[in-house]
Amino acid sequence: MDRVGIIGVGMTKFGERWKKGLRDLIAEAGLKTIQDANITGDKIDAIYGGSMSAGRFVGQEHIGAVIADSMGLNPIPSSRVEAACASGGLALREAYLSIKGGEYNVVVAGGVEKMTDSCTEEASLTLGGAGDQEWEVFNGATFPGLYALIARRHMHEYGTTEEQMAEVSVKNHANAAKNPLAQFQFEVSREQVMKSPKVADPLKLLDCSPITDGAAATVLASEEVAKEYCDDPVWIDASAQATDSLAVHDRKSITGLNAAKVATEKVFKKSSYDRSEIDLAEVHDCFSIAELCALEDMGFVKKGEAGKAMEEGRFNLNAELPINTSGGLKGCGHPVGATGIKQAIEITKQLRGEAGKRQVDEAEVGLTHNVGGSGATAILHILSGGR
Amino acid sequence: MTHRKALPGIWRRFPERYRLEGNKCKNCGEHFFPPRIICPNCRRDGKLEGHEMSKEGEIYSYTIIRSAPVGFEDQTPYVLAIIELKEGTKVTAQITDVDPEEMEIGMEVEEVLRKISEDGKKGKINYGYKFVPKS
Ligand SMILES: [Zn+2]
Repeated sequence: MDRVGIIGVGMTKFGERWKKGLRDLIAEAGLKTIQDANITGDKIDAIYGGSMSAGRFVGQEHIGAVIADSMGLNPIPSSRVEAACASGGLALREAYLSIKGGEYNVVVAGGVEKMTDSCTEEASLTLGGAGDQEWEVFNGATFPGLYALIARRHMHEYGTTEEQMAEVSVKNHANAAKNPLAQFQFEVSREQVMKSPKVADPLKLLDCSPITDGAAATVLASEEVAKEYCDDPVWIDASAQATDSLAVHDRKSITGLNAAKVATEKVFKKSSYDRSEIDLAEVHDCFSIAELCALEDMGFVKKGEAGKAMEEGRFNLNAELPINTSGGLKGCGHPVGATGIKQAIEITKQLRGEAGKRQVDEAEVGLTHNVGGSGATAILHILSGGR
Repeated sequence: MTHRKALPGIWRRFPERYRLEGNKCKNCGEHFFPPRIICPNCRRDGKLEGHEMSKEGEIYSYTIIRSAPVGFEDQTPYVLAIIELKEGTKVTAQITDVDPEEMEIGMEVEEVLRKISEDGKKGKINYGYKFVPKS
């Protein structure tokens, strides 16, 4: 069956973009990606845009129309998709499926979140909506709190330490320092992470991804069109998605995310590559513990051993399996609806050899792992370059 | 606070929040809290019937919330936990009347009815289940 290629990528700088509104961010990322694809608007068949909660962050719904309108692309069909923090990954997947299914040839997959127009308390309430409102949030759960419950249990069952979790943030900040579009372009030490204020024990401020404004977009095309417009398309080799209970407490085990495990099995079943051929990955480190769970869920380390492996530096830039070269959600920032697209952009840039100071040598196959909420949605993609 | 709700949204949850009313599936034997509308194991073959959950359990995991959501500011820091009830069903709730530093996984707790949060000074007061160390 025909492949689907990524022929253009573009993203805004991530951060507190006080001078830019929702539409400015969309247009900025949209123009960059269309320029990168070297394609004209009339060739685009459809748009899929991920946004977790524009309605609560800025009071604007109907984001599909907002995207097409902001980009001057009316009357192209434009749809918003939502899966909390995995909204971007879902937009990529829906765009991929629409081409794979044969309906479209050229589709834009994007994501956006304008979070800093909300005050911090309001933004936290909105993010809480990714968890279970009635049975977690009602009783006083916060988003960091839910991941803290996961972390505490992981520590209990496997002896994972707070220091090992801190190493995730240290690594991701080190990578973000090399990314000109990252929110936090500076390094932090393990001591700084350990001494940062506690948010929800055992998680501290520097274990947590920030509130971020940003947008990111890609142009996908069918194999034939991709080759016409692009000498070196990056191919979407496989895409998979899985679901789990909305509430953490409804899961048999909470030391990993079952949706991510299931999506991993599916994505490798569909892929022409196996786990050992993955050269790098962007994983969903909304909290430091989440990256450790991700590495275990995807089978890159044995269950319970991610903390130790992290401490040994096995996932550093240019180590055996570089993870989150963009800086991850922690360092690059986490505009929730845009994150899944940013992950695909980072892998695309790496596979094209355009990742600058954070370029991974001989990167040929990359993976993205995007999670919604506390793990109720997981979306994985495998991307490959060249051939 | 969750989102401010009109009163029916609060009333309709009294059985669960005040009495821990859940249900169980007679087909597979699993207990659910809150009650499930469809048994996820058996789906249409499931036979759900009401079941008041036991009021005792043990700590499965816990955290200390230091950065509180709106409506919980007066309570910080507070302990939030996942409690495994006798039936094996897990719930998320606050642990109260406890020194946060003494929390540990496996600690035995029992349910109490308490004020959960308030919707501002003029809004309604939300009540529900919390847990305390077993006496
Ligand atoms: Zn059943």
